[in-house]
Amino acid sequence: MSTKEISADASHFRLWEFFASIRLTIVLLLTLAATSIVGTLIPQNEDPAAYVQTFGPALYRLLSTLGLFDMYHSGWFRFLLFLLASNIVVCSIDRLKAIWQIVFVKIPAFKIARFRRLPQKEEFHDDRSPAQLQDLYAAFIARRFRYSRVEETDEGFAVFGEKGRLTRLGVYVVHLSVVVLLFGGLVSSFFGIEGFVNIPEGEAVQDIRLRNTNDTLRLDFAIRCDDFSVSFYDSGAPKEFRSKLTILKEGQPIFQKDIIVNDPLRYAGINIFQSSYGEVPPNEVKLEFTSQATGKVYSKQAFIGQEVVIPDNLGTFVLKNFERSASFKGHNIGEAFVGVLTSGDGNSTKVTLPLRFPSFDKMRRGRVAIALAGYTPRYYTGLQVTKDPSVGVVYAGFIMIILGCYITFFTSHQQLCVEIIPAGQKSRIMVAGTANKNKVGMQRKVAQMAEELAKLG
Amino acid sequence: MNSSSILSAITFVYGLAGFLYIFAWVFKKPGVGRAGTGAAIIGLAGNTAGIILRWVESYKLGIGHAPLSNLYESLIFFAWTMVLIYLFIERKYANRIIGAFTTPLAFLALAYASLSPNIDDRIQPLIPALKSNWLIAHVITCFVGYGAFAVAFGISFMYLIKHRDPEGKSTLLSRFPRVNVLDELNHQLVMFGFLFLSAGIITGAVWANSAWGRYWGWDPKETWSLITWFIYATLLHARMMRGWHGKRIAYLSIAGFAAVLFTYFGVNYLPGLHSYQMG
Ligand code: HEM
Repeated sequence: MSTKEISADASHFRLWEFFASIRLTIVLLLTLAATSIVGTLIPQNEDPAAYVQTFGPALYRLLSTLGLFDMYHSGWFRFLLFLLASNIVVCSIDRLKAIWQIVFVKIPAFKIARFRRLPQKEEFHDDRSPAQLQDLYAAFIARRFRYSRVEETDEGFAVFGEKGRLTRLGVYVVHLSVVVLLFGGLVSSFFGIEGFVNIPEGEAVQDIRLRNTNDTLRLDFAIRCDDFSVSFYDSGAPKEFRSKLTILKEGQPIFQKDIIVNDPLRYAGINIFQSSYGEVPPNEVKLEFTSQATGKVYSKQAFIGQEVVIPDNLGTFVLKNFERSASFKGHNIGEAFVGVLTSGDGNSTKVTLPLRFPSFDKMRRGRVAIALAGYTPRYYTGLQVTKDPSVGVVYAGFIMIILGCYITFFTSHQQLCVEIIPAGQKSRIMVAGTANKNKVGMQRKVAQMAEELAKLG
Repeated sequence: MNSSSILSAITFVYGLAGFLYIFAWVFKKPGVGRAGTGAAIIGLAGNTAGIILRWVESYKLGIGHAPLSNLYESLIFFAWTMVLIYLFIERKYANRIIGAFTTPLAFLALAYASLSPNIDDRIQPLIPALKSNWLIAHVITCFVGYGAFAVAFGISFMYLIKHRDPEGKSTLLSRFPRVNVLDELNHQLVMFGFLFLSAGIITGAVWANSAWGRYWGWDPKETWSLITWFIYATLLHARMMRGWHGKRIAYLSIAGFAAVLFTYFGVNYLPGLHSYQMG
């Protein structure tokens, strides 16, 4: 055998040891805790310009190189998580070999000497002979333990009971769940989508914007917002945001749902959440046309881009658009609708209808004065659109972690031995027990068992 | 009489319980210690009544919801879980000195809730994001865990005092539980707390997934709860390594509780969006 092989083996062994050690676990857990703090002190994923302003260009470059502006997705943080996963896997394999032999045996081994050596035992005497007690005790133990058997010893015989062997696997369930969760996170970061879209009432969209990259993504269906409503409490705090959504495929409505916060729409693996809202320029107004000649008033509903014919041959009016800050002769008059009035002889005039001064158009002194009699405010709904194929995996991990922790913390693998030794015509009884956890609790249980056995009649 | 005034009164009952436990310990008056237990039980009953009454009041206001929706209500519940867990331990271990180190924490939580001018004790209607049963499960599991960690913190503190004089030569320490009992109790409480903290993080994640479509977003509150989880996981593992018993475990338990407090209070001073105000 060459020396090279030996050293290769040794380093292999050392690597295994390294990953199997709990010391590494402790270092990793504390490092993860400490480094995670950094990302809560520096706001994550902000606009680079904002960072430069806060930190200055030099520090910005340094922090950016270290990945601290998106640190939970940085290479080094992922590497720490990878180390943790490797640590768990190696450590589990390492220990599972020994545990396997305890957990998966047909006939568990009992050694009376082991129980005799236990520091705390209960002893008492019974006037009956060992033979009289045997069945009584065997039945008692069999009722309370999943596995039991009677065996002769050098002094008499013993009844053994055992239960909770499988609980030794609880801790592996916990550890496996951590690996499952990390795997879920990985799946999510590769195949997950997190985007958003704002849809004005009455409109449909097919493209969403991705949150991290700001790219657009085309869905294979369109989302239409039929209606959005918001209600408030008397205090002014929001009570409910509600969007009536329709999913359209090739223009055909195929699914409809009202969504509110905490009750999203789920369709074809894509989830649509109510997330924000805002106002968009209204596209429908109520207008009043007053004829200069007769003083008659005509009310009409007008939509942007549609022609309205004014009675009495006063011409036609087309509402063109809505302006956030319109100007009139160089003055800012705030929000206004702008339209074009065409009189019977073909002359066109631009008409401005500011929201703040509904009868503003009177001042034009034309043949007809147009006044704004009202308009319907129009909302857009802000939707969060996500797809995350890892949710099932992650939820399975959640269940495992709770189950595993419960088993690990509050259940144990227990063994009990009741030895019955002849003492003349009578019997001397020794009760002893062990558990892999909560030894104090087991001690109490042994004492209680001894008391009950002594009373068996 | 409304729930807020009952709960303000309970603040003083808990204060009295703490005082009696400390008095009984320092002056070795078991009778006073029993009075401390009486005060703690009355306080717990009043605390329970206050929570239930507040629930009823919210329905009378027409905005009915479980009283677990803001800082005030969570502090009230926090005090409740701490005292409940403490009383359970007092019964099981028959030692009232632990009360001297734990009931004052419940007093502080309630005093902060009732007296701080920054905390609004009015019943508020739920904003849309908070309308979820997962929120209720989330708050309950988190604060049961926090309650256990708070009691573990008090016990770790006792450990650090006791371990300088494990034989109890000083008369003040003679009736302390033995160091290994304190160590074991600390471990038990941390295990219990860890289970509930895990459940709290999980229910929070499920809630976030139903409200915002993501179960984990690394916002500061989520991250700090994970940091807390890492610290207690370290404790559980460190305890199984040779030499990591007692003092170092007590320090870890105290560090864990500091992380709990930071997750709870400190995070509001960090940049981020995980606040109760979030729409
Ligand atoms: C976030 C990650 C981890 C979590 C949440 C976790 C959780 C736990 C829990 C709850 C226990 C039971 C503790 C007790 O009985 O008091 C435990 C035990 C243990 N853990 Fe971990 N663990 C993690 C990582 C690791 C890693 C990386 C290793 C690798 C060395 C490891 C090795 C062990 C061992 C050897 C035990 C004792 C098992 C036994 O009793 O036979 N753990 N872990």
